[in-house]
Amino acid sequence: MSCEGMQNLIQGYADGELDLLGNLRAEKHLKDCAVCARDLQNHQALRLAFTGESLYFNAPPTLRGRIRSAVRASGNAEARPGSSSWRWMAAAASFALVAIAGWSLLLRSRPSRDELLAQEIVAGHVRSMMAGHLTDVASSNQHAVKPWFDGRLDFAPPVEDLAPRGFPLVGGRLDYAGGRPVAALVYQRRQHLINLFVWPSADESDDRNRMVVRQGYDLIHWSRAGMVYWAVSDLNLNELQKFAQALQNSASRDDRRLKR
Amino acid sequence: MREQSDVARFEQAVLPHMDAAYNLARWLTRNDADAADVTQEAFLRALKFFGGFRGGDTRAWLLTIVRNTCYTWLRRNRVNELATPFDEEAHSGESDDPETILLEGADREMLRQALEALPVEFREVMILRELEGLSYKKIAGIADVPVGTVMSRLARARKRLRLVLTSDPEGGRK
Repeated sequence: MSCEGMQNLIQGYADGELDLLGNLRAEKHLKDCAVCARDLQNHQALRLAFTGESLYFNAPPTLRGRIRSAVRASGNAEARPGSSSWRWMAAAASFALVAIAGWSLLLRSRPSRDELLAQEIVAGHVRSMMAGHLTDVASSNQHAVKPWFDGRLDFAPPVEDLAPRGFPLVGGRLDYAGGRPVAALVYQRRQHLINLFVWPSADESDDRNRMVVRQGYDLIHWSRAGMVYWAVSDLNLNELQKFAQALQNSASRDDRRLKR
Repeated sequence: MREQSDVARFEQAVLPHMDAAYNLARWLTRNDADAADVTQEAFLRALKFFGGFRGGDTRAWLLTIVRNTCYTWLRRNRVNELATPFDEEAHSGESDDPETILLEGADREMLRQALEALPVEFREVMILRELEGLSYKKIAGIADVPVGTVMSRLARARKRLRLVLTSDPEGGRK
């Protein structure tokens, strides 16, 4: 091709990257050279192919919520109290309360991962009530909630509707705990809401129920079949235990079904 | 320690560029869930560095962080993708006289696939140029290469895409 050296010029012209002199040089050459003129047409056709929505990936709405919460939580954890709105004061105060509750326990036992997690779980539960962001997917149908998590998490959380046992499913959302994105399933018992946080466990060992009280919230956590579960609610401990039991019973039914 | 107002400023200045951040991460990781994770990580990194941001083009600044987070992720999870060579062989059939591109609806899918198939360093300059409309200079800043390299990568990537879009589907080569 005679105009080998012109390709950069034509590309710069098509991209609007040339100065006045460059533009004049390009236009003069384009007038005389059919090959480069066709080259320019192709640049423009390709440009056209990129316009429109189909090649652009917009951030999914749930990711927006997730990032907003993560940014606030991260800002919150490091920010100095005193210069913010009441909501952040309230959140900071609840963090402080958790910290104090945690501290009194620390004096007696060694600090544990569970302790930190309990704080995060309570904070997540409180936030879900406070921020008007209880669910990303609101449905009592487990077959609608479960697939919603596909592609949003790197694991498939088990989703059970426990309505027959008095704990109807309300929905699910993405949350963040223990340094990773987790599934949060929301159940209801009368006027009380239960947040069930689920994520894959680091090891395969099953762990029986452990109970914790933080800030007036009861928490029960266990692990089973490679998943960690944390249930938190303002429900009384007795009923929360029933909830955990109901969930574990329906899970063992599934286990048996699988084994058969 | 950071003032609370920094978080508010961050939310106002940086969060609006979430689509751009996700779009770049999605093209570089080629997967929804990974793109979401990388985007989130990039925003948290950006928050950390925000105190040192001296103003200017916020989107380009954020995209630099997204791009670096993607590369860290690729090195950790898909290291072989970083070593994909640009297959010059695919050019051999191209005539000196370029055919005219005709784009029908179906070709958009071909274009998407062809873009995904480009080595990552060619893919990123195309996304930044064609989907974000950034200047050579800004792309050079984000990808941390000289402007000349941006130009030559754009030229080679475009040649490849053009070839895909003009090749006869019956001809077998994609």
